[in-house]
Amino acid sequence: MTEAPRFTRRAGLLGAAALLATPAISYGQSDALRIGHLTPRTGFLGPLGEFAVQAAQLAADEINAAGGINGRKLEMLFEDSVNPQTASAKAERYIQRDKVACIVGEINSASALAIGQVVQREKALFINTGANSDALRGSDCRKMMFHIEGQNSMYVKAVGRALVEKGLIKGKKAYALTADYAFGHDLLKVARKFITENGGSIASEDLIPTDLTDFSPFLLKLRQARPDVIVANLAGAQITNFLKQYTEYGLRFPVAGFGFDTALAWGAGSGNFLGTWPTMWHHRLENPAAKKFTADFRGRFGRPPENQAWGDYNAVKIIAQSMNELKSVDAVQVMQHLEKGAKFNVQKDRESYFRARDHQIMTEMYAITALPPAEQKDRYDIFTSSAGIPGEGEPLEAIASTPEEASCTFPS
Amino acid sequence: MEIVFLLEQILNGLLIGAYYLLIALGLSLIFSLGGIVNLAHGAFYAIGAYLAVALAPHIGFGGAFVAAPVLVAILGLLIERFLLRRFYRADPILSLLLTFGLAMVAEQTLRMVFGAPPLPFAIPRMLAGQVMMGEFIFSFYRLMILGVAVLCVAGLWFLLQRTHFGRVVRAGVQNPDMVGALGISLRPYMSAVVAIAVGLAALAGVMLAPVTGVHPAMGAEILTFAFVVVVIGGLGSFWGVVLAALIVGVVRGIAAFYFPPATEASVYLLMLLVLLLRPRGLFGERIAKFE
Repeated sequence: MTEAPRFTRRAGLLGAAALLATPAISYGQSDALRIGHLTPRTGFLGPLGEFAVQAAQLAADEINAAGGINGRKLEMLFEDSVNPQTASAKAERYIQRDKVACIVGEINSASALAIGQVVQREKALFINTGANSDALRGSDCRKMMFHIEGQNSMYVKAVGRALVEKGLIKGKKAYALTADYAFGHDLLKVARKFITENGGSIASEDLIPTDLTDFSPFLLKLRQARPDVIVANLAGAQITNFLKQYTEYGLRFPVAGFGFDTALAWGAGSGNFLGTWPTMWHHRLENPAAKKFTADFRGRFGRPPENQAWGDYNAVKIIAQSMNELKSVDAVQVMQHLEKGAKFNVQKDRESYFRARDHQIMTEMYAITALPPAEQKDRYDIFTSSAGIPGEGEPLEAIASTPEEASCTFPS
Repeated sequence: MEIVFLLEQILNGLLIGAYYLLIALGLSLIFSLGGIVNLAHGAFYAIGAYLAVALAPHIGFGGAFVAAPVLVAILGLLIERFLLRRFYRADPILSLLLTFGLAMVAEQTLRMVFGAPPLPFAIPRMLAGQVMMGEFIFSFYRLMILGVAVLCVAGLWFLLQRTHFGRVVRAGVQNPDMVGALGISLRPYMSAVVAIAVGLAALAGVMLAPVTGVHPAMGAEILTFAFVVVVIGGLGSFWGVVLAALIVGVVRGIAAFYFPPATEASVYLLMLLVLLLRPRGLFGERIAKFE
């Protein structure tokens, strides 16, 4: 027999004291400044969300170690955005219940649009770290939404230059495989424009369902069509599956990706990564800030950061730096500060800024090309990189959308 | 020319059907005998794939090919003994909730242990390459998968139709009370059926790990298709499930050929049609305890 715990007066007293003390503790917590992080952590984009979360946490810890924001501790909240409906509901809860100073994150273009509508209504700030669709910077642009992720036009023009140099566009027939949702449709439109303008053509195209895991029917079609180049407008787990199975079927057509995330190439396995792809940032950059970020991230999480980690890390850093410079946490003031073209070091050779016209970050991009399997040193160093695009002496805007390509009129 | 190419797609579809088959057969077995809709079945497939990635560097792909299904079968035995066994006679909604919960726990555990991004894994060099048959191209590795699937189906058919074990299981599917009245306890049979079923799922995971992304949600991805196959084939019907898996593969191939955006949707449309015409599925038997 065990003795039932005895309820003593002393225990009761302690309990009452603890209950009474609770409000004081929560008061202490509410003094912290909160940023709400919201990104897919499950589903076909889930593999990228993990990098986003780790990087945002790393940034917050660095900010707190350096004294926080205006002397207040920064507290990160994390949520899985799941799909556009859930993303919208969680964004609303972050703002109304948790009183966050800003929302950071997202990868899915449709979810980013939903969050954009919420922050516009609630007059809160949102930094999009992973949704590429040009429409978010054009017809669907919002005054309170900024984009540290590149837009599809930037991805296409950055890698497009490398493809033109390799002779893969002019006079060539392309076969486009496109993810069948907002991001893919938008990317296909931009890609078609670029290829046509540069003397090539998209001869065949297929829309690929986002939950498709077996590409073999399409690989047979590719083999039949004999294109000069394959254009991959794919997303998430699709990219990993495509790379693995393309190698499996031994096809030899050059592959050019217009949408890309490094983690998905890492996941394809040795010898399976091939082609030329665009990226906002990668861990092999040599500038001191990039080396430090890579070393810090690697030391803590056991793997190098990739483009998604770069976006979320810098989004949190930019918010903190802006609020510290302004000595204010007011969303509208921060928005105006960013619109005025405040400059930020984002671990590249040149400083970056947000363009006032559509709130798109103006920054260098890179075209990376898969190394032959024999030259891949480990599972991460599997590609070589171009120099920053646009190059020295060219304005950063050179690869961004023109007003004709994506025109933004902020709704009031 | 187009006809020849369509034929290639159809043959390729049959090959894809083989994947679904290994998972769907186990799903169908567990439901037929225990009355449990095992939503965690995809999780065993995912665990099989992750075990292959984790074990292959130490014991080779061949070693993982044997070890992973055995380890997962043992895990299945434990889950059957301590969890599933309590629900055979209970309201099916309870086992549905239980296995749904297990699937989520398994997925999140994989995410916490191995991380969310896909793990790199490639086809072993000696199994890579293509086989040309006239105009047609086949991946050598997929032909191997087909071979293994055919062996598994044949083995399972023999076990269920030609052995004492199989006779008891089939009797248990139709009338568990009568089996009990004859003095035979179904418990050890049920344990063995679960072990075989989840072992097959893990085997599918090992074999597919080199050609598909190894990530935590891979179980959920394949489970829906496996269910569709079981529903189309008809519960309790061995050959119904085999036929349905092949049809699903072929329909996908044809849809990808004519209207790619509907590649996945075509399979659900097929299920809808089959259910309208034959509510018990193609070869579904009338099972008294489920009516």
